[in-house]
Parts: sequence; structure tokens; C-alpha cells
Amino acid sequence: MSIELGHFALILAFAIASVSVLGGYAFWRSGERIALFLAQGAVLQFVLVAVAFAALIQAFVVSDFSLALAVNNSHSLKPLIFKISGVWGNHEGSMVLWILILVAFGAMVASFGRRLPSDLLALVLTTQSLLVAAFAGFTLFTSNPFARMVPAPLEGNDLNPVLQDIGLAIHPPLLYAGYVGFSICFSFAIAALISGRIDQAWARWVRPWTMLSWTFLTLGIAMGSYWAYYELGWGGWWFWDPVENASFMPWLAGTALLHSALVMEKRNALKIWTIFLAIITFSLSLLGTFLVRSGILTSVHTFASDPTRGLVILSLLALVIGGAFLLFAMRASSLRSGGLFAPVSREGALVLNNLFLATATGAVLVGTLYPLVLDALVGTTISVGAPFFDLTFGALMAPLLLVLPFGPLLAWKRADVVAAAQRLLFAAALAIFLTILISALGGVSISLAPIGLLLGFWVAFGSVAELIDRSKLGRIPLADSWRRLVGLPRTIWSTAIAHFGVGVTVLGIVATTAWETELVTTLNPGETTELSGYVLTFDSFEQVPGANFIAEQGHFTITAPGGGTRPMVAERRTYVASGMPTTEAAIETYGLSQLYLQLGEPLENTHVVRVWHKPYITLIWLGAILMAGAGVLSLTDRRRRVGAPQRAAKPIAEPAE
Amino acid sequence: MTWLRILLIALLLSGPALALSPDEILDDPVLEQRAREISSGLRCLVCQNQSIDDSDADLAKDLRVLVRERLVAGDSDDGVRDYIVARYGEYVLLNPVVAGHTLLLWIAAPVLLLIGLIGVVFAARRQRALPAGNGLTSDEQAALDALAASDRDK
Repeated sequence: MSIELGHFALILAFAIASVSVLGGYAFWRSGERIALFLAQGAVLQFVLVAVAFAALIQAFVVSDFSLALAVNNSHSLKPLIFKISGVWGNHEGSMVLWILILVAFGAMVASFGRRLPSDLLALVLTTQSLLVAAFAGFTLFTSNPFARMVPAPLEGNDLNPVLQDIGLAIHPPLLYAGYVGFSICFSFAIAALISGRIDQAWARWVRPWTMLSWTFLTLGIAMGSYWAYYELGWGGWWFWDPVENASFMPWLAGTALLHSALVMEKRNALKIWTIFLAIITFSLSLLGTFLVRSGILTSVHTFASDPTRGLVILSLLALVIGGAFLLFAMRASSLRSGGLFAPVSREGALVLNNLFLATATGAVLVGTLYPLVLDALVGTTISVGAPFFDLTFGALMAPLLLVLPFGPLLAWKRADVVAAAQRLLFAAALAIFLTILISALGGVSISLAPIGLLLGFWVAFGSVAELIDRSKLGRIPLADSWRRLVGLPRTIWSTAIAHFGVGVTVLGIVATTAWETELVTTLNPGETTELSGYVLTFDSFEQVPGANFIAEQGHFTITAPGGGTRPMVAERRTYVASGMPTTEAAIETYGLSQLYLQLGEPLENTHVVRVWHKPYITLIWLGAILMAGAGVLSLTDRRRRVGAPQRAAKPIAEPAE
Repeated sequence: MTWLRILLIALLLSGPALALSPDEILDDPVLEQRAREISSGLRCLVCQNQSIDDSDADLAKDLRVLVRERLVAGDSDDGVRDYIVARYGEYVLLNPVVAGHTLLLWIAAPVLLLIGLIGVVFAARRQRALPAGNGLTSDEQAALDALAASDRDK
């Protein structure tokens, strides 16, 4: 019964969204009343989709195997958390989650957006409803999650074992929140194009939404990377796989959007470009979700195996993205551009940032789609893998990182680059000193390592230069400096922290690439081996039953170079329902570095053991967490709070620029 | 979308064989190092975008052994790669060759950057060409133009 209720709720949400689209585009000029109608519709859509989603969760939790989706993706023995996350560990359920987040964002705009001009609000909510109607329609007609199975089996087929992980509970919701959040920017862009009105207030509105989505996406990607790192069992953390690129491209474009919207808000410049980026970012999000879903990225042949679903997806993409760009081509020239600036200025630096980020986005897009297009047109199959992306992306990021610390130190309109350089002198000297020191001590195994280190340190130190500068550290008494530091606007802090995070991530990538060590060997219980000063003792091997699997565990004792011992347990599991094996690597963190241990198959009566020492690898994800934290900090700045664009009543004391 | 990748890798595993295992490792560390470098650039054909060095699949194991056999037989690094490509096709190379059919791929990033740069320069020049008093709305500008015109009539 509750399943039909959920199904009906989703159909109703689809209907309301459709009516909102027709009504909204026809009457968006009619003022308060249509805006109110659409706002109520948006909230109603959210409530209905939430009911639909709750129905699915309930069916999974109580193991209602009359629901086909639960049969295919659940099992009564599964722990509760994985029963819940199993709802979105498949195509149909993940679509409902996607739509739920979409309507949640729509409802947020409807609730917080009462201060918006009514025509803008109406257009934004209408466009949002268009997306809801399109994707709810797609779900209902081609991938119905509420289909029943008759007769209902007694037991489910279980969720794929590698997905029975806390990673699945966290990663997709975060990633989707990021992807879908950009729909708000998209809807605002469409509204601006239709109404022909775009000003700084528009940018004030769009920026917090961009910031929020970007923060989610940053966390989602970092989480996904860490999940792949510990789950796949060979310690890689980024693979330039099409599905990874699909989430990375919106992130790159979103990062560019964040910076261009800043220029627009502060200086009323780069309007057309910002609109363009808003459309591109969400288009890439759609590409990310749905092109991957259609299977076309993996292979042209997977796509052909289910052509209806794939064709509908491609048509939807063409409709939404194509329609948006058509509108852009027709209307963009009517938008007037404002604020002038000299090439050397904050604006100029942000244009440079956008140039490199947009090019990097394009390069990743070409690299991802090229093999597909080549196969379709010429029939030649090639691979475009990590070596290509490392080279291309690295070459584009190096100049960006080089100029990054200058940006926040440049004044708007016209700036003095020499003065900025002087303020960065200390950061540069420190970065050079540390790079030489580390290269001399650590030995250089790859030739590019010193350049990477230099860039990482430079960005990290250069990012805090503004904080030091503004607090007059060393020039006035320490207590006064501290007071100035604490009193700095949160946006200054968040810029510094986010850029510092970029430097931290770069350092983690360089360190672990250059100084990782690996050992592949065979061990028997009682034997000992050694890697990078860590002594490993294989204590025992045993079989242990788990909730819905049988585990073979290898127990190890690690003696660190500095003394002290810790236990590590590496596992191989065989799942009862599917008979599928998985490996659960043991990971032990020492400071910022990690020891990664994998228990392999038995080989001629001994056990294969693979061990990696990954120096400073945690910096990769710590940097991402810093970036996301900076996003949250920026959102808490009262002047930028979501929903309070004009409420900056109390002027905040800001040191003169 | 990482979860989808994780799922695909799991589905494509033909069995719990190992990635590089101790019995494959060559005694000569220099040759072994070369083998590792070549392996990490070769694609496991039955996997989801994994190199044969990382993959657990049986086919990847066969290829790793093959690479080492060729190296022991005295092939150069390129010789080994050519040998593998001749048997398995270009698809096996994770780093695409530079040739006619991959030209667009390799020049894409520099060309995009160049187009972007030209766009920026173009926009900057057009910006400078704008009249100085650009803080005006179109109505104000029209009023100003009218004033200027009436001034000229006198």
C-alpha cells in the first residue's frame, strides 16, 4: 500500500511540476500571485517527492520483497544502514534521490526567496519545475522504482557487496547535492536571459547557491576519492575514469563560476560570461549524472543494450542544454556589461583564473569524450587514460597555481603587481627554502617533484600572506594583531583557507606520488617483513563470520620507526548471497602518512601480502576538507547568508583596502 | 559517481586473482622496474579503466607475465609496447599515441587556451573602446546624446 502511495506521490509531483511550467512561463509577468502559486507548488513538490522517497526507504527497511527494486538490491540480513543506502545504490532509486534534492533546492528558493522581485522568482521556480517535470517524467516512464514483483520472493538478491559500505551512504547524496544545487544557478541564468534583467543583486543571489553546491560537490568528490582508495584495494585515489571526470568537470566549472560571480557582484562586470558559466556548470552536472547513467561513456555498446532509456536521456540533455544555449545565443547580446578594469587588477586575476579553469574543464571534456567520438565516427578504439590527463591537466594547473597567491592581494579596478609581489616575498622565500630542503633530504625520485612541491608550498604560504598582511603581524603588538586577525571579515578568511587547502592538496599529491614505497611479498603467520622503516609481523590468520559474509582475516602487528606497536587487520570477504569476494584493506594512519596493507590470495600455502607506505597522502583529502570548510565559513558570513541578500543592515568594520 | 565505478570494477573482476603477485616479480630489479613502468601504462582489457599493474583480472596477469617475458628476451621498452599493441590493438595504451587520428585530442588543450586568450584580449580591447562615461543607463545616455545633438545644432 505504501509503495502505491509513494508512486502516486511522485506522479502528483510530476503533475504539479508540469502545471507550474505551463503556468509559469505563460504568466511570469503577472506579479505576486503567480510567484506565490509557484512557490506553493515548489514546496508541495518537495513534500510529495519526500513521501515517495520515504516509501522506498520503508520498503527496503522492512525488506518488502514485493517491490522489485528491493528484491534486486536488498537482503533481509543486511545491516540497517546498508538497507537504507541500498535505495540509491541503483539506477531507479538514485533517480528518486536526485529528484528529491532538486525539489528540496526548489523549495528552499521558494521559502527564502520572498524578497526577490516576483518576476525573477517566478521564472526561477518555473525553470526549476521544468527540470523536475523532465526528470520525474523520465523516472516514471522509463525507470519506475515502484514496480512490484509478483509473486514476491522470500529473500532479496542483495546489494552488490562493494557497495555495502558507509561510502555509499554518504558519497552519492553529497555528490548529488552538489550537482543538483547548480540547477539553481542554471535557473537564475535562464530567468535572467528571459527577463533580460541582470544586475549585481542577481549575482548576490547566485553566489551563495554556487558556494553551497560547490561545497557539497567538493566533499562529495573527496569522499568518493577516499572511498575508492580504501575499497578498491590497491591504494589509488584518482584514476581519471570517465565517471570521475563526470563529477570533476562540474567542479572545475563551478569553481570558475564562483570566481566570476564574485567579479559580477563586486564590480558588475563579466555578466555574459557568468551566465554562460552558470549554464555550462549545470549542463556538465547533467552530463555527469545522465551520460554516465546511460552507459554511453563506458562503451558505445553498453548504451546499445538499453537504447530506450539512453535515447530518452540524450533527448532530455539535448532539450535542456540545447534550449539553454539557444536562449543564450538569442539573448546574451542584450545584456549590458558594466565595470571597467585594467588588465592588472583583481578582476584581471579572476579572468585569468577563469581562463585556466575553463580550459582545464574543456580539456577534461575532450579527453573523456574523444575515444567515444572517434569510435563512433572512425571505428578506431583508443584509450585516453591517466598519463594523458596528468600531463594536460598538470600543464594547465601549474600557471594557475603560480598566479593564485597574487589574486587576493590585488586591488579592484587597477592594482600594483610589484606591491603584491613584495608582500609575497616571504612566502616565496619560505617555499623555495622548504622545497630545496625536502628535495635534498628525501631524494628526488621523479623529476617533477620539486616543481610540484614548490607550487604547493607557494600556494599554501601565499594564501595566508593576506591574513598576515592585514593583521600587521610583526609590525604592531601581538595582541593587536590577534584582534585584527579575529576581526577580519569571514570572506577574507574563507578565501585564505580555501586557497590554503588547494596548496595542501597539491602537496599531498606530490608527496605521495614521489615518495610512495611498495612491497609485494609472501608471508606465513609468524614471519616478519619491513617497509620504509615499518616492521610488519604477520601474527595469525583466521576465518570469522560477519553479518552477511564470511571473512578471512590476517592479523598483523606494526612496529613504527619511532617505536610503538599497533595492530592491523586486513580482510578478504565472501558474501553469502552473491558468493562475491571483496578485499578490505587495512589502513593505519601515522601522522599525515598512511600504511596500507592488503591481504591477497593464498599462494602455494603462504599468503600474498601487499604493503604500501603513502607519505602525506591524507593531505589530499584534508586540503579538500579545508576547501569545503571555507565554503561553509563564507556561507555563514551574514552579508552573504542564503536568503538575506539585502539585509546587510549593520555595516561590518572592514580594514581599508 | 565513484560508486558506479567501484561497482563496475567489482562486476568485471573475473575472480579473486591478484594484482601483481610475488611469483611474477623478476629477480633483476632494473628489469622489474621497467616492467612496472610499462605495465602501469597498459590497459587491462576486461576492466574498467585500470592498468594491468593494478588489476586483479586473469587477463591482466597474463599481460604482466608477457611484458616480463619480452623484457627478459631483451626487448626495449618501446619494443615491448609495440609487441603488445600489435597483438591487442591501440586500445591497450592508456597514453594515446600522437598520430593523425589523435591530433585533435592532443592539440585540444593548447587550442582551447589560445582561443580563450584571444577572447580575453578581444574583450579587453572592446572594453577600452567603450566611451568613458559608461556608468549611465541607456535612457541617460540617450538624453545625453540628445543634448549633445541639440548643442551641435546651434
